[in-house]
Amino acid sequence: MKLNDIKKGQSTTVIAVIAGRELKNRFSSFGLVKGAKVTIEGHSLAKKTMEIRINKTHIALRSSEAEKIEVT
Amino acid sequence: METIRVALVGQPNVGKSALINSVGNARLRVGNFSGVTVKKEVVRFSRDGYDFEITDLPGSYSLTDYTIEERVTREYLDDSDYDLILNVVDSTNIERNLYLTTELLALNKKLVIALNMTDEAVKEGVHIDEQQLGKILGVSCIKTSAIKKTGIEELIQAIIKSYNLRENRFHLQFSEVFEQEISHIVSFLEEKKIHCKISLKALAIKLLREDKETYLRFHEEPIWIELQPIVNDAYQHLYLHYDTKDLDDIFNDEKAAMAKGAVAETVQLDKQVKQSFTDKIDTLLMHQFVGLPIFLFLMWGLFQLTFEVGSIPMDWIDAFFALLIDGTKSFLGDTELASVIADGAIAGVGAVVLFLPNIIILFLGIALLETTGYMSRVAFLLDGFFHKFGLHGKSFIPLVSGFGCSVPAYMAARTLKNDRDRLLTLFIIGFMSCGARLPIYVLFVGALFSEEQTGNILFLIYISGALLGIIAAKVLKMTAFKGDDEPFVMEMPKYRLPSFKLIWHTVSAQAMMYLKKAGTYILLASVLIWFASNYPKQPEMEQQYQVKIEQAETQQSITALTNELALYKLENSYLGIVGHASEPFFSPLGYDWRMAIALETGLAAKEVVVATLGILYGLGEGEDEQSSGLIDKIRTNISLPAGISFIVFVMIYLPCLAASMVFMREAGGWKYLGYLFVFTTATAWILSFLAFNVAQFFT
Repeated sequence: MKLNDIKKGQSTTVIAVIAGRELKNRFSSFGLVKGAKVTIEGHSLAKKTMEIRINKTHIALRSSEAEKIEVT
Repeated sequence: METIRVALVGQPNVGKSALINSVGNARLRVGNFSGVTVKKEVVRFSRDGYDFEITDLPGSYSLTDYTIEERVTREYLDDSDYDLILNVVDSTNIERNLYLTTELLALNKKLVIALNMTDEAVKEGVHIDEQQLGKILGVSCIKTSAIKKTGIEELIQAIIKSYNLRENRFHLQFSEVFEQEISHIVSFLEEKKIHCKISLKALAIKLLREDKETYLRFHEEPIWIELQPIVNDAYQHLYLHYDTKDLDDIFNDEKAAMAKGAVAETVQLDKQVKQSFTDKIDTLLMHQFVGLPIFLFLMWGLFQLTFEVGSIPMDWIDAFFALLIDGTKSFLGDTELASVIADGAIAGVGAVVLFLPNIIILFLGIALLETTGYMSRVAFLLDGFFHKFGLHGKSFIPLVSGFGCSVPAYMAARTLKNDRDRLLTLFIIGFMSCGARLPIYVLFVGALFSEEQTGNILFLIYISGALLGIIAAKVLKMTAFKGDDEPFVMEMPKYRLPSFKLIWHTVSAQAMMYLKKAGTYILLASVLIWFASNYPKQPEMEQQYQVKIEQAETQQSITALTNELALYKLENSYLGIVGHASEPFFSPLGYDWRMAIALETGLAAKEVVVATLGILYGLGEGEDEQSSGLIDKIRTNISLPAGISFIVFVMIYLPCLAASMVFMREAGGWKYLGYLFVFTTATAWILSFLAFNVAQFFT
């Protein structure tokens, strides 16, 4: 499954990040790496952007970027 | 006295600046990092026989080149001379913060860690064993709180102690597999008696990271033949173990694992279920439906405040400069010197200072939005819409500010961290019609349309300007700023009340920079424009008119003659010559030389356009849009198609000189101002041409 398939309020675990080097480095500096536990906190209108939480870090990202994250 | 040079590094929102501001007796110097508009702050103070020189580096999540700030930080850490790194860490979110710490440890420099926001961490039930953490990382960790001002002296002592340590042990502990490969390489290097500025372990890590400089160094040596297979073996083992051939992945995994390991051993969490303050606020502000209206209301408030409250001191400033101009003239008499100082320099600088209240209020608002953590929420809410047009969620604030004045708008674009996003936003800010263009619209709409229609047409002008801007963004994105979309991944920090000192500090620094830089350019340019509109002198004509005016009998004919002289002087000044020369360029749009000059003086300031038209169409100076005489003159001299075409041109073409200079500085070079000039002029010309011809077809 992809991260943007997960519903609000649910948690999941990252399997792989399939993205370019730059974006992948960005994700890992936020703690979004293989094995990290992610919770979906909410979506904006039309689900263009979403808010996720890893540990105590809240992160905003586009759905098009969430698509690059494989989760369980 | 010995100087300890400290590089202050930390992730964004860890209270780095607040911590350094809480040191007593510190002297602060604000500047820029060379070549970029990233603020550089250096703090100096003395303690226990040492001079401290602390360079506050921009907040970075990691040492990559993702944003300008991170590039500046990485380059500084790699290339500059400093003795020690002070890493500030947010104690409430320590795991993510330690990710950066592992990267800093890999630099193999002396390092001291400040576990900041200790007070907040205790409240949230986060307990850190700083002694144990220090042992694991091999550096001193000091608990601090910038707000409560605790741990500051201990931190300074730790810095002095670390500075005086001779040996600099490399203490970064990777996973077992990784350490094994490192030790293979290290023992080989030891056998070969390799000497190096950095430790052999750091050297081995550089080799494994495929560090270019290290490779270049070894490539020339005979040892390379033996070293290469060892490094190669190490790679194969790592690839096998990690099940990937991506070195970045391997290192990122290692860093995350180290951070996680350190936290597991040293941090204890109290169980808590209570919803945090931030979560409570966010259920409202980040609400799918309510969030956006709330934000729009807040923006509206800020906008009102900026231009309503801002206009009060603006009137005082205006009056002050008018007084100054009159005073200078009466003091120096009716001389050229008086004119160049009063009408040139003072008037020009006054025009810049006039915007200062706007800038201060707007930046106060933006500083509050940013430091409280609301800004990234706004970007989250708006990104969906803006992204469609190639813009970023954060572009909203500069664009809205553009309706008031382009100068603060260009400066507000700084909140966009990505170069390309910021440039794109800078390029379309001019499409949002600023307040200074309003008099021109009022004059032309009043002259050319019926009174009932005025309001609607004005609204139409503003809306179509904004729409054009968004379309222009899309076009630019597909042509000039082509390329992959920049990712939108940002942290939404906890809501925090910023300290008054920090806010004041940010705003005053920005205001000073505006005054200093825009002021110097404007001073020069104002004198130039004054010169171009006053020279060459026409002494013969002036004498002839002087005689005529003396002979004139009625007040009316005196005014007429004075205006005639002013017109003649302007037409034959350098500015007038330029106006005539540029007539062929403007005639397809339906303008005569007078309209051409009005547009050209509008490059200095849009307020000048109405004044220039007033002079050129046979009225005295100081006309405003209310004057029915000028409206009548416009109505009789300018056709409806030419008028519409003029409005379209004013909507789009280059903003005033002050704004252009700020644009140049924010975009990062003269060449961008050149692009902007070509882009806006071409768009303005084409659309005015279309408007002129379509209007002519219908009338």
